[in-house]
Amino acid sequence: MIEVESLYFKYPLSNDYVLKDINLKIGLGEVVGIMGGNGSGKTTLIKHFNGLLKPTKGTVKIFGKDTREESVAYFSKKVGLVFQNPGHQIFSDTVWNEIAFALKNFGFEEEIINKRVKWALEFFNLTQYKDTSPLLLSGGEKKRLCLASVLAWNPDFIILDEPTVGQDFLQKEKLIEIIKMLITQNKTVIVVSHDVEFIWLLQPRLILISNGVIVKDGDCKSVFKDNAILEKCGLTKPQLVELYEELYPLIEQMPVDIVEAHSMLLKLLRGSK
Amino acid sequence: METLAEIIKFINFSFSYSGSTTPILKNINLSIEEGDFVLLVGPSGCGKSTLLRCINGLIPHLYNGAYEGEVIVDGELVKNKNVNELATKVGFVFQNPENQIFMFSVEKDIVFGLENIGLERNEIDIRLKWVLHALGIEHLRYKPPYELSDGQKQRVAIAGVLAMKPKILILDEPTSLLDPRTALDFILLLGELNKKFGLTIIVVEHRIDLLTNVANKIIVLDKGEIVFKGLLKEIIKNKNLNLYGVGVPPVIALQNNLRDEDIIFDEVYLNVKDFAKEIKRRLI
Repeated sequence: MIEVESLYFKYPLSNDYVLKDINLKIGLGEVVGIMGGNGSGKTTLIKHFNGLLKPTKGTVKIFGKDTREESVAYFSKKVGLVFQNPGHQIFSDTVWNEIAFALKNFGFEEEIINKRVKWALEFFNLTQYKDTSPLLLSGGEKKRLCLASVLAWNPDFIILDEPTVGQDFLQKEKLIEIIKMLITQNKTVIVVSHDVEFIWLLQPRLILISNGVIVKDGDCKSVFKDNAILEKCGLTKPQLVELYEELYPLIEQMPVDIVEAHSMLLKLLRGSK
Repeated sequence: METLAEIIKFINFSFSYSGSTTPILKNINLSIEEGDFVLLVGPSGCGKSTLLRCINGLIPHLYNGAYEGEVIVDGELVKNKNVNELATKVGFVFQNPENQIFMFSVEKDIVFGLENIGLERNEIDIRLKWVLHALGIEHLRYKPPYELSDGQKQRVAIAGVLAMKPKILILDEPTSLLDPRTALDFILLLGELNKKFGLTIIVVEHRIDLLTNVANKIIVLDKGEIVFKGLLKEIIKNKNLNLYGVGVPPVIALQNNLRDEDIIFDEVYLNVKDFAKEIKRRLI
């Protein structure tokens, strides 16, 4: 469980609070989306979830433990953070070693390390690159490598900062599958993203941040109905939501994916003949 | 050499980076016309960035490798031109504007390239005022880059490139760091630059729903080969695009799926409003 109470944060030498009075509880088995305009404080918030940043005021607790009381390494075992920019995370000489790095640091046995690395390589289609330098991978492949490295150590919370940047459609679909699979294992996945179409397919609990304040926290459908809040947060609507609004009341429910929208339209158009 | 409206041409082109045995681009034959707005897509690692490097001359001048066939930009062979000369014809905007903004004010950053090519002061001033106005950033002229928002930084980066008056503008995932509203505004701005100044634009972008209203052509790369090229409105109808990692926007995917049920649309509706209007029209 991640519990955030009255969190305020400002960077050293700055007078302005980047986060203001944040209150949140995120339990196991949840998918949570965090969205908001550029500079709204999303990344600053998630850096509190593994103790990388400590509150200026208020508290953040991970499984009941205050993030001020233990090291980042301690919390990282439970909370894996995949950065937006793979360059901030990759530093080993080969893809294999990159994935094995954290596992070695956490003191796993050699046999387990080998099994986990092999699994991660296969799962993310990276086996062919195991002896390659990560620097030679494409942007999208580097991104997958970062995710593979974090999943290999099996944390309870997985935080993904802009996971779809540089990812093609197939990788995005796979990412949705992975997230759904992780949820069935009672893991929690927190996704920070600008990609409204991706978020819509994921249908998470959605938290919107504007200017360091949580302005909305609710289910995906109710959030995307709130025009004023979307405007405030620099968000556009997913196309399926737009379509629903254009065709309401001809269609009465928001379709969550293409399959659902297709059957709604088919019924509508065939019914008219 | 080529003096037609063809501004970029690849002829039987293949390339492998030195040290690699597999070609990253294979047998590319491609022609882009002046004023085209091209969307370049394909799965990660398919060779998109390499293709772009062949246009601005980073390949073969800075990246070594096996270079076969020809790449012609604005009538001249890329391999015979140096990168500096090509930089005045081909403007490149990186994914992250932080990688290309480095001076202490917006004005200084924009004129940096112009001073480097030795333009006269008067011409520099004219171009500076022109880009500040064209991109709507006059108010940012004396600001330091660190005071700018991400959307503003993206505009400054493009201003510095546009001031060089390139004929071709290349952007590698320009909206990936922008929030959806800012991203949409930025893409509309590109559409305007394309229409107003006849600028040839090539954009690599995975979120293609943003671009369907401004791009006219599309190139799909897979494993270093071109699998589709042509008019966006035609190609986007192809259901196999998904197999190549191209995320067809929902509104178009729906039209493609309905076609399988014998519900045929005379044209491709690229945005939701037009599509919904057509659905309503059919119900009357």
